[in-house]
Amino acid sequence: MRQRPVGPHALLVEVADAGEALALASWARTAVEAVEVVPAACTVLLDGVADLTRAADAVRGWQPTAERPRGRLVEVPTIYDGPDLVRVAEHWGVDVDEVVRRHTDAELVSSFCGFAPGFAYLDGLGWSVPRLDSPRPRVAPGSVALAGSWCGIYPTASPGGWQLIGRTDLVLWDPTRPDPALLAPGTRVRFVAR
Amino acid sequence: MSGIEVLEAGLMTTVQDQGRPGFAHLGVPRAGALDRPAAQLANRLVGNPADAAVLETLLGGLRVRCTSGTWVAVCGAAAAIDVDGIARGHSRPEWVPPGAVLRIGAAYAGARTYLALAGGVGVEPVLGSRSTDTLAWVGPPRVAAGDHLSLGERLGEPRALETPRPPASGPLRVHPGPRPEHFAPDALERLCATTWSVQGDSDRIGLRLSGPPVARTDRGELASEGMILGAVQVPPDGQPVVFLADHPPTGGYPVVGVVEADDLWQCAQLRPGEPVRFTPASPSSRSS
Repeated sequence: MRQRPVGPHALLVEVADAGEALALASWARTAVEAVEVVPAACTVLLDGVADLTRAADAVRGWQPTAERPRGRLVEVPTIYDGPDLVRVAEHWGVDVDEVVRRHTDAELVSSFCGFAPGFAYLDGLGWSVPRLDSPRPRVAPGSVALAGSWCGIYPTASPGGWQLIGRTDLVLWDPTRPDPALLAPGTRVRFVAR
Repeated sequence: MSGIEVLEAGLMTTVQDQGRPGFAHLGVPRAGALDRPAAQLANRLVGNPADAAVLETLLGGLRVRCTSGTWVAVCGAAAAIDVDGIARGHSRPEWVPPGAVLRIGAAYAGARTYLALAGGVGVEPVLGSRSTDTLAWVGPPRVAAGDHLSLGERLGEPRALETPRPPASGPLRVHPGPRPEHFAPDALERLCATTWSVQGDSDRIGLRLSGPPVARTDRGELASEGMILGAVQVPPDGQPVVFLADHPPTGGYPVVGVVEADDLWQCAQLRPGEPVRFTPASPSSRSS
């Protein structure tokens, strides 16, 4: 774990992986006085920190454990008819049913959000695919997609380079809800084929 | 209810308050007035709390009709101001009678002008803020001709005499970035030794600069990580971008330095082609 100051009021903490970032971020929300706690793939940013020295000392005392925060479980009803489903199956050397089985068997966890409000990077699939060579100009909201070892669901219409395997009707992002992001970091996710 | 009718919205007018910090982990930019001291002064002049919502307009060209008599103040970029054709002052409270039209002409110095109205712009808050974020479009839509905007309850009297001197401009003080190993050892010194030029595609997301490229080492891109306001990000072409209020909450290009928060208002007022200098921040300099 390495700490890097980012100016006088922010600290970037490097950790082993997304799971550790999520665990550190969950702890830091209560243990460190900061305006923003932003987990990412292998870092946690603490921004708007009142006392950088004190925050750094507190973080130094944090011990990474195998224990991961267990947030609430969200089931995502999904229709597996994405335009890249066959391509993913070919990449894995399996049939389409097996892609669906692997995707619905895994319990994923939202590690962090980025790219767009409410776009969660879901970790834990255990299989990976490359990004598209050239991104689509428009991906529909609710599209279930894969890139690298991540799974994601597009909350709003946007350009996108992830491989689309299915779609869901769930509303991923609604700023008028008390919890605007359905899949906030720490949320556990299971896909259910419809 | 008191309110305004927008007759002309210029190039780009948005509602802005102090922004919505605390949602970066959900992918939401903080937004908020780019020139905070100007927005705060305008609010103070009309008797508003500092966090009341104002209109931020790029390069002027805003015309509004006040449906009821309203105290207003125009701060930030300098522009001709009139009410029904009669010239009015900048950075002072002005009374606009019911039905009269306030015009902010083209900005002739600076880029962003702020219009505060007594009571504040009363659009519906989103996640605790009335600011429009122009990256993900969280918050109210941009202001357009024909819009009717309500005003909130007036909370205080205009304060004509409380006009603190605006902050002095100067080189942008810059702190070292978090990943020096991604840059040549003298990258920060070179950043500070260069006179940069503001690019025309600068916006509320970032102040884009052009000049001799900042040399990166060939470590490639980073996994996306949290970004902060004022971060000076360096894409592969070596042309730095100073992240402003609507910056993406995460990014994968290395950050060579971080501009002192108290200096960021200047980035709101720079026009394309204008020169920018950086200077090393003293380690003890603290922003308020």
